[in-house]
Amino acid sequence: MMRLRTVASAALILTLAACGGATSDAGESTPSAGAKGTVNLAVNPWVGYESDAAVVTYLLEKKLGYTVEKKELKEEISWQGFETGEVDAILENWGHADLKKTYIEQKKVAVEAGSTGNTGIIGWYVPQWMVDQYPDITDYKNLNKYASLFKTSESKGKGQLLGGDPSYVTNDVALINNLKLDYTVVFSGSEAAIIKAAQQAGAQKKPLLFYFYEPQWLFAQEKFVRIKLPPYTAGCDADPKKVACDYPDYDLDKIVSKKFADANSTAYQLIKNFKWTNDDQNLVSDYLTNQGMSADQAAEKWVNEHEATWKPWIPAGS
Amino acid sequence: MVAVAGETAPRRVTRRRVLWVLLVVAAVGAYLGFRTAGAADSDDAAAFRFFTGVRNWVDDNRDTSPLFLYGVNYLRLGVRLLVDAVQAGLYGLGFAGLVAAAGAVALVLAGWRTALVAVGGFLAFGFLGLWAESVDTLVLTVSAVLLAVLTGVPIGVLAARVNWVSATLRPVLDVMQIMPTFAYLAPMTLLFLIGEPAAVIATLIYAVPATIRITELGLREVSPTSVEAATALGSTGRQLLTKVRLPMARPTIVLAVNQTIMMALSMVVITALIDAPGLGQNIIRALERVNVGVAFDAGLAIVIMAVVLDRITTGAARRRPATRGRSRWVVAGGALVAVVVVALLPIGQDLPRLSFAGPVNDLTGWIELHWYDATEWIKNVVSAGLLDPLESVLTSTPWWLFVLLVAAFGTLVSGVRSAAVAALAAAGIAGLGLWQHAMQTLATVLVTIVLTMAVGIVLGVWSARHDWFAAGLRPVLDAAQTMPSFVYLLPAVALFGASRFTAIMAGFVYAFPPVVRLVDRGLRDVPATVVEAAVSAGSTPRQLLWKVQLPMARGGLLLAANQGIVLVLAMVVLGGLVGAGALGYDVVAGFSQREDFGQGLAAGFAIVLLGILLDRLTQGFHHAKGPR
Repeated sequence: MMRLRTVASAALILTLAACGGATSDAGESTPSAGAKGTVNLAVNPWVGYESDAAVVTYLLEKKLGYTVEKKELKEEISWQGFETGEVDAILENWGHADLKKTYIEQKKVAVEAGSTGNTGIIGWYVPQWMVDQYPDITDYKNLNKYASLFKTSESKGKGQLLGGDPSYVTNDVALINNLKLDYTVVFSGSEAAIIKAAQQAGAQKKPLLFYFYEPQWLFAQEKFVRIKLPPYTAGCDADPKKVACDYPDYDLDKIVSKKFADANSTAYQLIKNFKWTNDDQNLVSDYLTNQGMSADQAAEKWVNEHEATWKPWIPAGS
Repeated sequence: MVAVAGETAPRRVTRRRVLWVLLVVAAVGAYLGFRTAGAADSDDAAAFRFFTGVRNWVDDNRDTSPLFLYGVNYLRLGVRLLVDAVQAGLYGLGFAGLVAAAGAVALVLAGWRTALVAVGGFLAFGFLGLWAESVDTLVLTVSAVLLAVLTGVPIGVLAARVNWVSATLRPVLDVMQIMPTFAYLAPMTLLFLIGEPAAVIATLIYAVPATIRITELGLREVSPTSVEAATALGSTGRQLLTKVRLPMARPTIVLAVNQTIMMALSMVVITALIDAPGLGQNIIRALERVNVGVAFDAGLAIVIMAVVLDRITTGAARRRPATRGRSRWVVAGGALVAVVVVALLPIGQDLPRLSFAGPVNDLTGWIELHWYDATEWIKNVVSAGLLDPLESVLTSTPWWLFVLLVAAFGTLVSGVRSAAVAALAAAGIAGLGLWQHAMQTLATVLVTIVLTMAVGIVLGVWSARHDWFAAGLRPVLDAAQTMPSFVYLLPAVALFGASRFTAIMAGFVYAFPPVVRLVDRGLRDVPATVVEAAVSAGSTPRQLLWKVQLPMARGGLLLAANQGIVLVLAMVVLGGLVGAGALGYDVVAGFSQREDFGQGLAAGFAIVLLGILLDRLTQGFHHAKGPR
C-alpha cells in the first residue's frame, strides 16, 4: 500500500509536470467514498467525541466491512478536511455556526447529517461541597455575596470564573457584565486545565466557579452543580454583547462531506442513522477514561450490551 | 577597552553613571506624568483583518495560482516521497533490525559505549509498548532533519561567505524560530494537507534556523591562518571550501545537526494536533483523559530518543577525522553485515510490558494532594509581590513612552543600532494592536527570565566546581529539556492553578538546562593558568569566583541569558493553555477559531517582536561591552 503510494506520487509528479501544475490534493490517496473502502473519520480532542468515534468505527469495520481511518484533529482543521477530501465525517459538532456558513453554504463541500441524539449542556458549575456548605450559591443572584471566596492571584481582586478552551462557545464575559456580577473571566485555555482545576477543587475543598459542559466523563467521578442563570428564551442570545441569559441546550449533530453524502454508501447511511443518548455516551466515555479501556475494547463491550440501540442504525439490506 | 585605558577611563565611567542616573530619573518622571489606565485591546484591528485577508486569499487560490500549482504542491509531493521512503526503510528493518542498525550507526560514528546506549534505548521503546509510535516519530524527525541539513548547510555556508546574505537572513530566521507554530499550523494543513507532509514542513521551519546559524558560525570560526596558508599554496576557491573550511568546521556542523534534532523532537507533540502519527498522539490522548502517567511513558520514550540521538551526534563531533582509516571501514562493514543478519532473523517484538503509568500517577496524585497549600502560597506571594506590580507598570506606560525609553536605555546599553532595532520592534507591537496583551506577556516573560537566570547561574557555578554534581545533573538537564512540557503541564496546573505562575514554571523547566550548561562551560573555559595565578596570589574561593571566574566568563553568561530569552518566549503559547492569557491565549484562540486567525497570527508576530526587542538589548550589551 505504502510503496504503491510512493510509486504513484512519483508517477504523478512526472505526469503533472507535463500537463501544468499539481493541485492541492494531488498524490494523496483520496477516499473512495463509494464502494466498501476507507472512511475517514475526524476525531476531535475530547473524550465524548472519542466515544462516538469508537462505536461508529467498530460498527463500520466489524458489521459493514469498511476500513476506518481515524484522524486526530481540532475542529476547525476537520472542517478544512472536507474541502481537501481528507475527512468524510465529523461525528459530534457543537454549533459552530460560522464554520457551517463557510463550508456548507459558501463552499458547498459539507452537508449536515442529523442529530447524534446527544444534548450538549453548557453552564457554570461549582463543586458539590460548596452547595452543601452554601445552599443558596446555585442562584446567580447570590454569586456577588460569595465573590470573595473565588478570588485568586489572577482575578484582579474580583471573583474568578474559570473559562475553557478557546474553541468552545462562550458568552461568559458578556454575561458577567450584563448580570452585573463582581467577577472576571480567567481563560484557562484548555479542557485539561479546567478538568484538573475541577478535580483539585473537589479534592482540596477549594472554591471554584468554572465553565463546563455535559456530556463529560468527569461527572462519573465527581459531582458538580450547575448555577442557575436567567432562563434561556429563543433569541435572547442574538446579540453576543447583550446576552444576559443562560446557554441554550445544544443539539449536537453530525457533518459529512458532500462527496461522501452524494455517494450514499452504507457507511454514510450508518453515520446518518447513528443516534444515542447522553447516558450511552457517558458509559462509553467511562470505559475509556476511568476504566482505562482502549477504543476497541470499550466499543465492543458497549455494542455487545446494547444491540437494541445500534441495530436500527445498520442500513437495510447490508 | 584597551584603547580607553589610562587617564580617560575613570572620567568616561563617571560621565556614563551620571547619564544613567539622569535617564532613570527622567523615565520615572515621564512615567508618573503620562501613565494611563491602558484601554483593553480590541478584537478587531487593521492588522488582524489583514492577516485574515491573506489567509482567505491562500484559501481561495491554492488550486489556481501558479505559486501553489508549481511551487507549494510539488514541495508537498516531494516531502511525501521522502517521508514514505524513510518510513519504508525504518519499518523494513523490523524491530530487531532497527535496534541493531541503531547500535551499528552509534558504533561507527561514536564508539562502543554510545552503541550500548543506543541499543538499550531502542529496546526500551519496545519495553514501553510504544514501538510503532516511536518509529513513526523517528520517521518524522529523520525526514525533517534530512531536509534541514540538505537546505540549511548550503545556506549556512553561503551566509558565512556573503555578508549581505547573512544580514538579510537574520530577521527571517528570528521570525522562523520565535513565531509560535500554533499561529500558522491551521492554514498549513490547507497547503500541505493533514498529516505527515505538513508536520515535516512545520518542524523544518522551526528547526532549520539552528542548522543555518550554527553552520555559519562554524565556518566563520575557521582560523584565518589556515585559510591563508591554503591560499598561499595555490588552492582554488572550491578547494578552499571542500578541503579546508568544511573539514575544519566539521565538529560545529555536527553540532548543528545535533541541535536541529533536538529542535525537531520538541515539535513532536504539537504536530500531533494535525494528525501527525507518533508519540505526540499518545500524549495528546492521555491529556484528554487527564492521565499524567500514560503521558509520562510516551514522554519518556521521547527523552530516550533525544538522548540516544544526542549521544550519537556529539560522539561523532568529538571523533577526530584522523580515525577515519581502513579499520573504520572494517568496523562499518562488519556492523552492516551484522544488521542484515539480525534483520533477517525471525525475532519478534513480544517483550514484557514495562510501564511507569501507575507509579507516576500515584506519585503525582500524592504531590497534588499534599503540596497544594505550600505551592498555592508561593504562587500568591510571587504574583502579588512581583508579577502584579511589574505588569501594572508596563501596561500603564503609554506605548510611545515605552518606545522612547527602549531607544534611550538601549543606546546607553548597546549602541545606537541595536537600540533603533529594539525601538522599532516595540513600535511594531503597538502597530499590531496588541499593546496591553504584549505588556502582560512581557511581565511574565521577564519574571521567568530572572528566575531562570538565578537558578541557572547557581546550578551552573556548582556544576563547574564539582564534577560529581555535574555528572549527577546531566540526566536531569537532558530530561528537563526534552520531556515534552505537555506531560508536566497538568501537575503544574494542579499545584499552581490555571495562572500566569504555572506558565512561569513551565517556561523555567524548559529554559534552565541550557543556561546551566552555558554557565558551566563558560566557567570551565576560564584558562587554568589564570585561576592558578589568582589562587597563588591568595584568592579565597569566593574571591576567585566573583573577581576572576565570573567576570572572565561574561561572554558565556550573556549567551546564556540570550538563549534563556528565546526559550522562555517559546513557552508563551503554552502559557495560553494553562491560564496565563495575553498573547499566548490569542495564539491558541487563533488556532482554534477561524474568525480569530488574524488576531492569532498578529499575536505570533508580537511574540517575535518581543523576542527581537529583548535579543537586541542583551546581544547589543554583549558586543558593546568588549571582547567575548
